[in-house]
Amino acid sequence: MPNEERKIVLPSQILGDIKSNKAGRGTFIENGKIISEKLGILNANSNFINVTPLEGRYEPTVGDFIIGVVEEALSAGWLVDINAPSPAFLHVNEVPWDIEFGDTEKYLNRGDSIMAKVSQIDELKKFQITLKDRNLYKIKGGHIIEVEPSRVPRIIGKKGSMIALIKKYIRCRIFVGQNGKIWVDGDTESIERVLQTIYKIESEAITFGLTNRIEELLKKDAKDVR
Amino acid sequence: MELDIKLIDDNGKRLDGRSAEELRKIKIEAGVLHRADGSCYLEWGGNKVLAAVYGPREAIPRHTQNPLRAIVNARYNMAAFSVEDRKRPGPDRRSREISKVISEALEKVVLTEHFPRSAIDVNIEVLDAEAGTRCAGLTAAGVALADAGIPMKDIPVACAAGKIAGQVVLDLGKDEDNFGDADLPVAISPRTNEILLLQMDGHLTVEEFNKALDLAIKGCHAASEIQKKAILDKYQSIEGAE
Amino acid sequence: MSIVPSIKRDYISKLAEQGKRVDGRRFDEYRKIEIETNVVNKAEGSARVKIGNTQVLTGIKMAVGEPYSDSPESGVLTTAAELIPLASPDFEAGPPRENAIELARVVDRGVRESEVVELDKLCLEPGEKVWVVFIDIHILDYDGNLFDAASLASLAALSTTTVPATRFEVGEDYPLSLKEPPISCTSVKFDNFVVIDPSLDEAEIADARLTVATDKNGDIRAMQKGLNGSFTKEEIQKVIKVSLDNGREIRKQLSESTGK
Repeated sequence: MPNEERKIVLPSQILGDIKSNKAGRGTFIENGKIISEKLGILNANSNFINVTPLEGRYEPTVGDFIIGVVEEALSAGWLVDINAPSPAFLHVNEVPWDIEFGDTEKYLNRGDSIMAKVSQIDELKKFQITLKDRNLYKIKGGHIIEVEPSRVPRIIGKKGSMIALIKKYIRCRIFVGQNGKIWVDGDTESIERVLQTIYKIESEAITFGLTNRIEELLKKDAKDVR
Repeated sequence: MELDIKLIDDNGKRLDGRSAEELRKIKIEAGVLHRADGSCYLEWGGNKVLAAVYGPREAIPRHTQNPLRAIVNARYNMAAFSVEDRKRPGPDRRSREISKVISEALEKVVLTEHFPRSAIDVNIEVLDAEAGTRCAGLTAAGVALADAGIPMKDIPVACAAGKIAGQVVLDLGKDEDNFGDADLPVAISPRTNEILLLQMDGHLTVEEFNKALDLAIKGCHAASEIQKKAILDKYQSIEGAE
Repeated sequence: MSIVPSIKRDYISKLAEQGKRVDGRRFDEYRKIEIETNVVNKAEGSARVKIGNTQVLTGIKMAVGEPYSDSPESGVLTTAAELIPLASPDFEAGPPRENAIELARVVDRGVRESEVVELDKLCLEPGEKVWVVFIDIHILDYDGNLFDAASLASLAALSTTTVPATRFEVGEDYPLSLKEPPISCTSVKFDNFVVIDPSLDEAEIADARLTVATDKNGDIRAMQKGLNGSFTKEEIQKVIKVSLDNGREIRKQLSESTGK
């Protein structure tokens, strides 16, 4: 585990050149050199040089599962805040209900939260989302919190291992949106414990040995509760 | 104007004890505000500046949106209590001009094509002023932009040089600003030395200008090292807690 | 404007039914308060106050000016507040809107009505020259409860203000004399729950807001109700009691930070 180099790089840092590597995400090329464009962590394992951002707003990718909050009901659909540089559009045809024209407000209104999937991004970077997929719906109950989108992979863990770890010790339902919004449901005490755990993972995301520390904490809490 | 103070004494020392090519003390802290996407608190000599970045977010009003790229809105503002004679709150013509030249400097390094129709709002507040506020402000903005995860070609930095008592010096302090012969604030992209902001106030020969520009660029590089350290420090302290 | 998702609203209410708040505080408990004075050199007095993550900086400037014609032997006090866009994604640049104006006027009244600054001691030449005191409130980070942070920052700044007599050639510098200040405490109501020192989310879902300023004798010196909801008489009396209790603690902390 400690073999992983967690090297933090800054914008303008020269990471390599195109003769020996390929430029991946978070980099740009100038005069044959591959340069970091963001504050992030360097991944130079394969032939590609990538920079995984440490901070920054959510940048949608098609296929991402996200949690959005409805801003406005229009006649042909809804404008939804997904924590991206601009709101996403949810078309009436992209929801599992049969809706009459103009009836959009009956189904989703300003302030409602939904679990959705990013379905389309056009050349002008306009985002469209859909509810037509398994387990996507209007959310009821529970609580929603925001974390830095860049920390989401750590919170989910490799192949969902971190979330599975939390669920092992605390009875709850959790949905982690790629856009940094996380929904948690359960009894109030469980929700509080899950939130505390998630905030801890968020703030210590770049440290080593995090998974073990979290497991220790969850074990200890579970004993205290009993 | 009759001067009864010597801006440079016979030993080459300036009013605050600095030599001709010495920078004032700079202290930078990244990520100091809770709500902002990125932020920076910076002290440069007696200057105290706070910068905060919001974005990329939807550019409002709609008519300001550019379909191809993000617009960078820098807003430079001086707090009413930041100067000797209280300043009426709100932007005056000087603040508006400084906001404009800073926006233009930042636009050159921010990779705006990543975010069409968006805005990246950069707010610079001068809390305590002591000559060179626009350079301090732009330098703080560079850190705040990196802290916000905004993609950039480089972290912009600024520093001024000037002429006092017939000599070209680096980083004018207070009084030197008022009683000097020229003031030259400069912002650069430190990786390429491209000049992003340049203004000159006063009277310089071409030779003096060249010397001042070189000095200012040197000052920029020194400040750039401090910027980078401040950004990394924010993460070092987390890893160190291991 | 940022929207508060209805789920959050429901969760906050659900917790409140169990007597809890999202950040674990009791209904009558404040977040951590930090007070730092003398933070701006150019100002005659200054203070930075943090309540939780909310951060406010107040600077005091003084100048010699003309008195108002109806009070020729009184100094002049003027308060302004800036909700600068730095502090929140929802604050827009531009001239002060109602929120900033209400904030400034409430803080101003709190200082003026309680005669914290003894304006009659600020006269230099009756009818001609008096001291003008500028209180400038700069919001730096908005996370709920601006009223209390702004008021506390203003009082702390005034407590450490030096009258710049030398610069204006009317004598030697001396500390601005102040009377014991009233402490302002703000509560909000959502559904039927009333909590003190609202967090950002609590402030966003609030129906009504009540600020109460109390002095060291336990008397009420100022009150302001805001937003378009209502309070019952009993709720108001309860808020007054909670404000008195917390006011006492905060006054102690203020006195310790300013050394006065």
